[in-house]
Amino acid sequence: MFKVEKVNMSYGDLQVLWDVSFHVNEGEIVVLVGANGAGKSSVLKTISGLQQVSSGLIEYNGEDITKTDPAQIIKKGIVHVPEARRLFNEMTVEENLIMGSLHGEAKIKRKETMEKCYDLFPRLLERRKQAAGTLSGGEQQMVAVARGIMSLPKLLMLDEPSLGLAPVLVQDIFDIIKGIRKQGITVLLVEQNVQTTLRFCDRAYVLENGKITLDGTGKELLNNEHVREAYLGI
Amino acid sequence: MDIFLQSLVSGLLIGGLYAIIGIGMTLIMGVLKIINLAHGQILMVAMYITWVLWNFLGIDPYLSIFITIPLVFVFAEGLSKYLLHPLIEKDSILPENQVLMTVGIGMVLVELARSIFTSDYRSIQTSYTEKSLYIGKISLSFPLVIAFIIAIFLTIGLFYLLSKTDLGRSIRATSQDKFSATLMGISAGKITILTYGLGSALDAAAGSLLLPVYYLYPDVGPLFTVKAFVITILGGLGSTVGAIAGGLVLGIAETFGATYISSGYRDATGLVIFLIVLVFFPGGLKRFTKV
Repeated sequence: MFKVEKVNMSYGDLQVLWDVSFHVNEGEIVVLVGANGAGKSSVLKTISGLQQVSSGLIEYNGEDITKTDPAQIIKKGIVHVPEARRLFNEMTVEENLIMGSLHGEAKIKRKETMEKCYDLFPRLLERRKQAAGTLSGGEQQMVAVARGIMSLPKLLMLDEPSLGLAPVLVQDIFDIIKGIRKQGITVLLVEQNVQTTLRFCDRAYVLENGKITLDGTGKELLNNEHVREAYLGI
Repeated sequence: MDIFLQSLVSGLLIGGLYAIIGIGMTLIMGVLKIINLAHGQILMVAMYITWVLWNFLGIDPYLSIFITIPLVFVFAEGLSKYLLHPLIEKDSILPENQVLMTVGIGMVLVELARSIFTSDYRSIQTSYTEKSLYIGKISLSFPLVIAFIIAIFLTIGLFYLLSKTDLGRSIRATSQDKFSATLMGISAGKITILTYGLGSALDAAAGSLLLPVYYLYPDVGPLFTVKAFVITILGGLGSTVGAIAGGLVLGIAETFGATYISSGYRDATGLVIFLIVLVFFPGGLKRFTKV
């Protein structure tokens, strides 16, 4: 369904992605794990068109989307929920959700999708008139995910949704992600929270210094000597 | 007491016009992250357009907003697209460069106006320029009342645009988080250019509305740039509701200064208030409005 092939990307003179290749099949939850600065977020930014590749190919349903701009990427159903939530803090929860549905079909189905989001996160319905910046971290993450859902994604890319959340909320977020998959949405997840994510994902890739060094199913990686040593501290 | 009320009311009326000047500047500041130091000069351009329309075509200055607003909007879009935006797109250049560019634009506009219209003071005499309305002992300048009412409608219209339409929400989103806005599929570049046009259009409306009660000469531009800057700082930088408060405060302060000190100190009073606010309430009036 979705394929990244030999992608190189640089910020000016600094090359951060080196020949990165991976693929995501329809209905899967795929995780990119890696330490700080490994290039995980850069992979997502490159896919969503915020950064241009210096070489390589990004393909979605057989179509080359390497040089497509962010607005077109969203219309194709690839939605990026950025790291640290990046909500519009002075806008209400409802307005934040609306911002997710500015284009095409998402705009037509705005009301309908919004009701679905409120079903998924009843908490947000209570707070829909509240400024997003005044919510707790967990609630803000819900808004960020809901805003992503408002764009009617086929492939939802989540950048560290567990960042800065209490452990009990982290489990909630991962349950939500499973729920999203059940609705037929494919998920590409970027995480530092290696142990938890490897347990519930279908497949995972390990990113180190801008290169994919390992890949396999979650279980395989959990038993991998290198992963255990470097990421799980066992 | 009558004098006090009279000054207060006159101040409020002129403050309504200052408010839309300030809102225009605030919008531009919010999205472009720069102080538009050509703001008053753009207002001056609108005033000259209004003056030409009245003098040569006999179009009423209040009706002329239907011409000046779109005209200045397109003009400002051009400035933004070809002069400001190319600088914004380059990360390596400091943001100060765009501010300097607005200074340059301002100077060119003033000197162009001087070479076309000379430095003479101009004003227009309509049938209603001298008319007044009376409430008890307080007299209200008829043209200012009309201008105030139009300013209120423009402000309501703008708030509707910003809070209820996708375009307006996109403008606010871009001013709050450009990166995130881009992820939502908003073209930050387009919104940036558009916002400069929109802010200038409000400014233009204020220019047309001011002409019946104000003198016009090329250097009115820099004067209003200073006023706009004061209003924006009073309003707490980037808050539209704050800008309304800032506009009203400046209008009232100027009128009180003119009444109780000397009409020669009209503009100076505004600047003194500005200094007081900077020293004692560095956040501007925003902390009282909370918006």
